[in-house]
Amino acid sequence: MSAPASDRTASPLIFELGQEGRATQYVEHGKPLRSFMPEGVLRDDLPLPDNTELDVVRHYTRLSQRTFGIDVGFYPLGSCTMKHNPKVNDALAGVREFAELHPFTPDDLSQGALQVMYELERSFCSLFGMAAFSLNPAAGAQAELAALLIAKKYFRERGETQRDKVIVPDTAHGTNPASAAMCGFKVISLKSDARGRVDPAEIRTVVGPDTAVCMMTNPNTLGLFEERIHEIADAVHEAGGLMYYDGANANALMGNTRPGDMGFDLMHLNTHKTFTIPHGGGGAGHGPLGVAGHLVEYLPTPYVVREGDRFRLDFDRPKSIGPVRSFWSNFAHVVRALAYLYANGAEGLTKVSQYAVLNANYMRVKVAEFLETPYPEICRHEFVASAQQLKKETGVRALDIAKALLDRGYMAPTIYFPLIVPECLMIEPTETESKETLDGFVAALRDIIETAKTNPQELLDAPVTTVVGRVDETRAARQPDLRWRPPR
Amino acid sequence: MVQPELLYSKEHEWVRIEGDRATIGVTDYAQEALGDIVYVELPKPGRTVEQFGDIGVVESVKAVSDLFTPISGEVVEVNAALETDPAAVNRDPYGDGWLVKLKLKDSGEAKNLLAPRDYEKLIAE
Amino acid sequence: MYTPHTKADIEAMLEAIGIGSLDELLRVPDELKLRAPLDVVPALPEYQLRRRIEQIAKRDSGVDYVSFLGGGAYRHYAPSAISALAMRGEFLTAYTPYQAEVSQGYLQAIYEWQTYICLLTGMDLADASVYDGATALAESAIMAMNATGRQRFLVSRAVHPNYRAVLKTYCDGLDVAIDEAPLTDDGTTDLRVLAEMLRETQYAGVALQSPNFFGNIDTLDGEALESVHKNGAVPIGVVAEALALAALATPASWGAQIVAGEAQSFGVPIAYGGPYVGFIATTNEHMRRIPGRLVGKTVDSAGRTAYVLTLQAREQHIRRERATSNICTNQAHCALIATIYLALMGKTGLRDVAALNLERSRELATAVANAGVRLRFSAPFFNELVVDVGRPAGEVLAALRERGILGGLDLGRWYPEYSTCILMAATELTTSGEIAKLAAALQEVTRVGAGV
Repeated sequence: MSAPASDRTASPLIFELGQEGRATQYVEHGKPLRSFMPEGVLRDDLPLPDNTELDVVRHYTRLSQRTFGIDVGFYPLGSCTMKHNPKVNDALAGVREFAELHPFTPDDLSQGALQVMYELERSFCSLFGMAAFSLNPAAGAQAELAALLIAKKYFRERGETQRDKVIVPDTAHGTNPASAAMCGFKVISLKSDARGRVDPAEIRTVVGPDTAVCMMTNPNTLGLFEERIHEIADAVHEAGGLMYYDGANANALMGNTRPGDMGFDLMHLNTHKTFTIPHGGGGAGHGPLGVAGHLVEYLPTPYVVREGDRFRLDFDRPKSIGPVRSFWSNFAHVVRALAYLYANGAEGLTKVSQYAVLNANYMRVKVAEFLETPYPEICRHEFVASAQQLKKETGVRALDIAKALLDRGYMAPTIYFPLIVPECLMIEPTETESKETLDGFVAALRDIIETAKTNPQELLDAPVTTVVGRVDETRAARQPDLRWRPPR
Repeated sequence: MVQPELLYSKEHEWVRIEGDRATIGVTDYAQEALGDIVYVELPKPGRTVEQFGDIGVVESVKAVSDLFTPISGEVVEVNAALETDPAAVNRDPYGDGWLVKLKLKDSGEAKNLLAPRDYEKLIAE
Repeated sequence: MYTPHTKADIEAMLEAIGIGSLDELLRVPDELKLRAPLDVVPALPEYQLRRRIEQIAKRDSGVDYVSFLGGGAYRHYAPSAISALAMRGEFLTAYTPYQAEVSQGYLQAIYEWQTYICLLTGMDLADASVYDGATALAESAIMAMNATGRQRFLVSRAVHPNYRAVLKTYCDGLDVAIDEAPLTDDGTTDLRVLAEMLRETQYAGVALQSPNFFGNIDTLDGEALESVHKNGAVPIGVVAEALALAALATPASWGAQIVAGEAQSFGVPIAYGGPYVGFIATTNEHMRRIPGRLVGKTVDSAGRTAYVLTLQAREQHIRRERATSNICTNQAHCALIATIYLALMGKTGLRDVAALNLERSRELATAVANAGVRLRFSAPFFNELVVDVGRPAGEVLAALRERGILGGLDLGRWYPEYSTCILMAATELTTSGEIAKLAAALQEVTRVGAGV
């Protein structure tokens, strides 16, 4: 590797480093491949770089230093629940009996792993008021897909194949309509009312004999609690449809209220949000899928069942939609989630949602002192602010505020989502952040809004303290460069 | 910027009718609202399209918008240059940034379109 | 509990909000109040929760058995540097890199991952990962349907049975029909029948796996590829053992336009099935149909090299119901692990590991043959092989288990005609001692008349 690079110089690609034959040796040298296989089935060349362990360690250490995680600083990314990921979770996921267990190990030699799955599933059922959970889906979006496949099969078996509409509020996550489309459902988008909620009267005008599923999250993506959820569920049920709960925001209601009691028939959790699994830069996630009693038989295979004090994977479930992934679950995450449940217990989880809501409301009133908050009422775990007025006055947009926050050492909130709020900033502090951290962030945001009025150019130029300045996304999309190519 | 010799749709597309041929594009107002256009997906030549029906999509970095044809006809040519240079739509929406050429089905449909003055009013709202 | 608030903090914050209590803050309508106490696992201090879960982990665990299990999940050596690097908090606790300026490191690592997958498969581009091998195949099938506008898909019976099952789950949602191409008696796809099927029916895509589920090399030959082209179907190569890419001719070389694979073998813990890391690689022609995130190289405002998520308009958060897929979260952290694995091993190390897998699996083949057990197929294989034990495989495997050996997979579970056959894997971690132990045990339990 070349001389130590300063922070701002580009980091070479791993392919631009190394020399053939330099790789640190981890296994014995093997015999030439052609001594085992006919030449015709072998590849000619393997154009990968050889680097020493030290060079690889420095390279990826440097890349880590150019990456912002929760461990680095405050991460108020709305809807993503970036709370502290306890280190004990990772330690336990790495226990040899779990980390080295092959998925095809017979059930009677996988009892520990199966018990972990079972304990987590039972706890989820109680926490969210569902009859059963499948721990199989790899992420929330995949759980949505599985849930809609269940709905499709359920209606087909009831002879109600005309049910081809899925109702989705305009505040919903993009995965909702995308999942619906993957099951051949047509999407009906529902406008939120002036209070940012779904109006039961509005639901009544769209439900009918073609309604399959209504997908909602509660609190919704504006952070507002849908208090009339029962009326909405009744309207959908009376029309013969099913209610789906998008659990992306479950951090706001654990131990307080349950989707099952609100009338939801299906739900998913984003274990990586609510139950402190590290997001790992965008996965792996984990999306347990919960169902009410009448849909248990349809869950994906396999499903963990208990017989006496033994557990087994049940593959023989004739009504199941089938498997949704290569193996049984993102098991390492199941271990992490269970560790988190043990760390908190029922009482602790209740406090988690209380403090998440407390932190969000505290920030909401503080931020409202200098930025428009379009829904000025008690919120749940997150709230939205809007830079629309600021943009009119100063030309500074939500994007610029986000970039200026990076310069002040904070991750930016979610911006431009939900789509119904112009110049939206969606802020979710989570329960693990202290009052001092929240105060610090609010002060930085206040400083940015003041700077917008005195020196907007500074914000339009932001960020300037990061390893690169504002990135040219247009060029990236117009001339896609998605890989390195060997020099000719 | 509205061109005086063209007709417009409420969806911000323009059409230039010459005999039984029509050239279609998006307006300057539309390209401005869309932002930097990075990709344009157009119909295959030979396809028949109905007035106000969708004929493709235009992508900016963080948005996707449907393209609608202001008039019915058969697609006879698409602007292949946009494949490598989608920026032409931003640069020259009424010229190099044209999208498709149609063989007209019914030039009478022009009565459903907006005259330049009316379109100007629409975008001023 | 990982919450920070003192009593004074709570009071100060409630006062700022202008509300009396936490209960008031979280008030819900009466009918939504909890009616019974929650029944979740009890709260334990960290040292006790560690004990509790470690104790559960040890319960009836097969982890110390001598193992020849494979079938899409493989035991390979992972250098210690992988976890030291991948478990760094900056990587581990980052979100999807939406804010590129503070995510350059992760974005660059994913760009490197995309490149590694391209170099290994011979394709033009690869995505930032999908959930696993099975969903990679399902998503590839959807790509082929979108490319062709057709609603029927052809898959070889030699493709991993779990992958085919997941393909069916996804296809049921889209009302897409699946046909299966049969096997030859030598454990490969019957290319003659495949060609016939292609003559008769229009397919969106055709999927073959190599090495296939039986461990055998199984690719399209020139003639079969021609019939795929004539049909207009998209040829798809499936990879369940990514290590084979280091040794075998690339899927691109036998005509695949999409490669759907699983990269668990590259340092990702076997962890009872997940998380693993699927990948999709393809040709430039299908660039805009590929699902999932893509990282692109570009410049910043000062013209410096920079990386960013790109072509996002394909994705669900923008295109919603018209997106190429509903995928949101991918398997970034597993992709990072695989990238670091590949960087550490390098060309030399990866070739060595592949060679050792070939060597050990051939040692296994010889040992079981010497023990009097027949190899079922004669096709060239990578690191898995099928033996015919001449009686129900389940019985033999149970008897091996008594002797501390997980002998492999009972193929009868998926292929009734192979109910006397076992799929066995040997990797660089398989020792000669383990092979000898298996061979001796097999000889004992399959001896004519032996009670098993």
